Amino acid sequence: MSPLLDITSLDVDFGGEAAVRDVNLTLDRGEVLGLVGESGSGKSVTALSVLGLLPRNATARGSIRLDGTELLGAGERALTRIRGDRAAMVFQDPLSAFTPVHRIGDQIAEAVRAHRDIGREQARTRAVELLDLVGIPEPALRAKAFPHEFSGGMRQRAMIAMAMAGEPDLILADEPTTALDVTIQAQILDVLRTAQRETGAAVLLVSHDLGVIAGTADRVAVMRDGRIVEQGTAAEVFHRPREPYTRQLLAAVPRIDAPREPRPPTGGTVLKVRGLTRTFPVLKGTVVKRRTGTVYAVDGVDLDVRRGETLALVGESGSGKSTTLFELLELAAPEGGTVELFGQRLGSLTPAEAKALRRRVQIVFQDPMASLDPRMPVGDIIAEPLRTQGADRAAVARRVPELLTQVGLDPAHADRFPHQFSGGQRQRVGIARALSVAPELLVLDEPVSALDVSVQAGVLDLLRRLKEELGLAYLFVSHDLSVVRNIADRVSVVYLGRTVEAGPVDEVFARPRHPYTQALLSAVPLPDPERERERQRSRILLAGDPPSPTRRYDGCRFRTRCPLYVQLTVDEQKRCAHDVPGFEQDGAACHFPRARTVL
Amino acid sequence: MTTATRPAPAAAPTGRSALVLRRFLRNGSALTGAVVLVLLFLLAFLGPYLTPWSYSHIDYGALRSAPGPDHWWGTNRIGQDVFAQTVRGLQKSLIIGLLVAVLATGLASLVGACAGYFGGWTDRLLMFCVDLLLVFPSFLVIAIVSPRLRSGGWFAFVALLTVFAWMITARVVRSMTLSLKEREFVRAARYMGVGPFRIIWRHVLPNVASFLVIDATIQVGGAVMSETALSYFGFGVQPPDVSLGTLIASGTGAAITYPWMFFFAAGLLVVFVLAVNLVGDGLRDALDPTAEGAAR
Repeated sequence: MSPLLDITSLDVDFGGEAAVRDVNLTLDRGEVLGLVGESGSGKSVTALSVLGLLPRNATARGSIRLDGTELLGAGERALTRIRGDRAAMVFQDPLSAFTPVHRIGDQIAEAVRAHRDIGREQARTRAVELLDLVGIPEPALRAKAFPHEFSGGMRQRAMIAMAMAGEPDLILADEPTTALDVTIQAQILDVLRTAQRETGAAVLLVSHDLGVIAGTADRVAVMRDGRIVEQGTAAEVFHRPREPYTRQLLAAVPRIDAPREPRPPTGGTVLKVRGLTRTFPVLKGTVVKRRTGTVYAVDGVDLDVRRGETLALVGESGSGKSTTLFELLELAAPEGGTVELFGQRLGSLTPAEAKALRRRVQIVFQDPMASLDPRMPVGDIIAEPLRTQGADRAAVARRVPELLTQVGLDPAHADRFPHQFSGGQRQRVGIARALSVAPELLVLDEPVSALDVSVQAGVLDLLRRLKEELGLAYLFVSHDLSVVRNIADRVSVVYLGRTVEAGPVDEVFARPRHPYTQALLSAVPLPDPERERERQRSRILLAGDPPSPTRRYDGCRFRTRCPLYVQLTVDEQKRCAHDVPGFEQDGAACHFPRARTVL
Repeated sequence: MTTATRPAPAAAPTGRSALVLRRFLRNGSALTGAVVLVLLFLLAFLGPYLTPWSYSHIDYGALRSAPGPDHWWGTNRIGQDVFAQTVRGLQKSLIIGLLVAVLATGLASLVGACAGYFGGWTDRLLMFCVDLLLVFPSFLVIAIVSPRLRSGGWFAFVALLTVFAWMITARVVRSMTLSLKEREFVRAARYMGVGPFRIIWRHVLPNVASFLVIDATIQVGGAVMSETALSYFGFGVQPPDVSLGTLIASGTGAAITYPWMFFFAAGLLVVFVLAVNLVGDGLRDALDPTAEGAAR
């Protein structure tokens, strides 16, 4: 039998520059092919060229056959017939893939009607069925919602429902979970597998995440610089990679189950946070602003960082991680709770004391492009904290080349501008800037999440080395538990603005006690096909999305999604509903903590 | 990426101002513009010493005479030497044009950046002033005030022109600052303990520099023109004193019949504005590291 999708010697150029070179891929019916690579490797371009969705300045050569029909060079009308009907696409950002002014249900119904000759009512019923199939609660009601009323995860589900509407033979998923949190990612991958089972479609799954690929794909193709460097079954590629690049890539992925050496004991407390709260008003009206509600962004965060130690602050988006950091760095009195930095309590500092504290605490931001002034040469950027602390010209001139060398950059590049560096190098500049005043505590806000895995590994190595050389303490904010495992000594998990569990990394990862921590850990995909598939069967899938932070919750705020809560007796449930579980240092904020191994 | 092990060179890294200067000097057309500007200044301030005629002297023996060895650029209707008048006018216009542009853009960037950066009451107060000045009939105010400022000389006039020339720029700078303020590098500077005015100076203004430079170059031409308009109505530069604007205004009628009365003044104004634009473009490219064609 001929393959469903047959791509032979595909070349794609963008205005003369090669994006894809000599790509050969085949995909059989019902098969899932994972296309993996780092940014700029041409994986998305390959997927887009199947549906003829390349931008105008792109030229494609070669052949793409879907079930024997040549797609490359086919007319717009022929392609339109194929799109949705034979092949459907799931995009990375589902918000831009839906029309904002039409209801979700209508949009899916429209897709149904485009491919099948049925009435308006029937199409609408079918849309509700599809929404139900992808696990959207109360589908009939939600079908009447507009795209902006859906959360990211819900939108991605709806997107998959829409892709299923035409009962396609081929689903192209371009980084379908990249913008989502790990627990939501686990839900969506599950839905994607359901969709594939229901429609019997073949799936081309494009992702940079080897864990996602390992758990879903039957066969894997690895791309680099527009070429496919290795192709084979998932087991072959992950366990017996032939190409050095694949081996390198696999080695660079931080693994949540990686063994780690124990760290030496640590020194005195550097940062102590107790019961930190921060709220933002929700305002309405243009001329006269009325307060119509409150966002409880941070609502009870406890942190302890000791000298020479890395504390990872872990949570999903919207859990208040970044707000916590910014509250600390303002060095102003917190809205609620206490913050002690180097034994000094925030809120009672004189300007001179605050300035001295600023030297001891520095920050590295997530997006290295946004956090470096595009109009400043790198030398000046690095020198800025020094100058602020009143260093003289000679000291600055001596220190800047030193710092550049320390973070592995060429000191001769000090007069270059940020845009002349790559992503990883820019993050090194950000680190050099933070180090310039010899701080004792470095706050890292998702420092590697914008970087490709191989670059990420380099930056993590640098951070580890610097910590040992300079005896730094890190407050490391991340949503990526594998990275946390890799670099942190202790971990603190926040859910909806509140600390739910904290402790040494080995302890928490091996025996998580809070059900949320368990779910988080279990949702992290492993780049290992067999173990990942086995884990999928026992995976703790959280229902729904995190609830809105605009209201305050009585009792335990996790109980609406808690897998443990539903197993409790009525009396026990009452306790969860009324008492806020207390949090002690190195404990879990749960009334019924049960350690459970999930890794 | 590996750690460089070779010893760090002792040379200090080049700072931003040095880099900008270097990039500016490498830009051929910008350099041309700067040289032309310098030549114009030389002409304006050394010109009066080159000719025996003064700008107000009337040579009754040569009315409307064409350029010649006696009067290099000819004479006007009443026998004044056009060369002497033009260089005198150039003096006035160069100073008024450049000063008004620099002062107005400076004021606009200061007010706009402060309003945007500090927000709250500072913003409301400053924007109130801006709106107030915008609704004031500027021409009327200048007309009323300028006779009293005559003793203050040309600088008072410059100040007056400036006061009514900066508001729209300030509003634009404010809105640009509002979006810059949320950028991470500004936040980073704040967490490093950099003071607010230093942040405005080092981070906000360089990032709106492209707009400011273009705005200033347009202001130069605008200032010369509004000075002309005011002079025409009897405010500002008054006879027997002249500016390029008044010369052009009085020479317009004679542009076809006695071209020298018009074209020398008009030509110098065009050259002046063109040079300023070249310098402005060069400055913008020098300040913008991503600009095409302006390699390091």
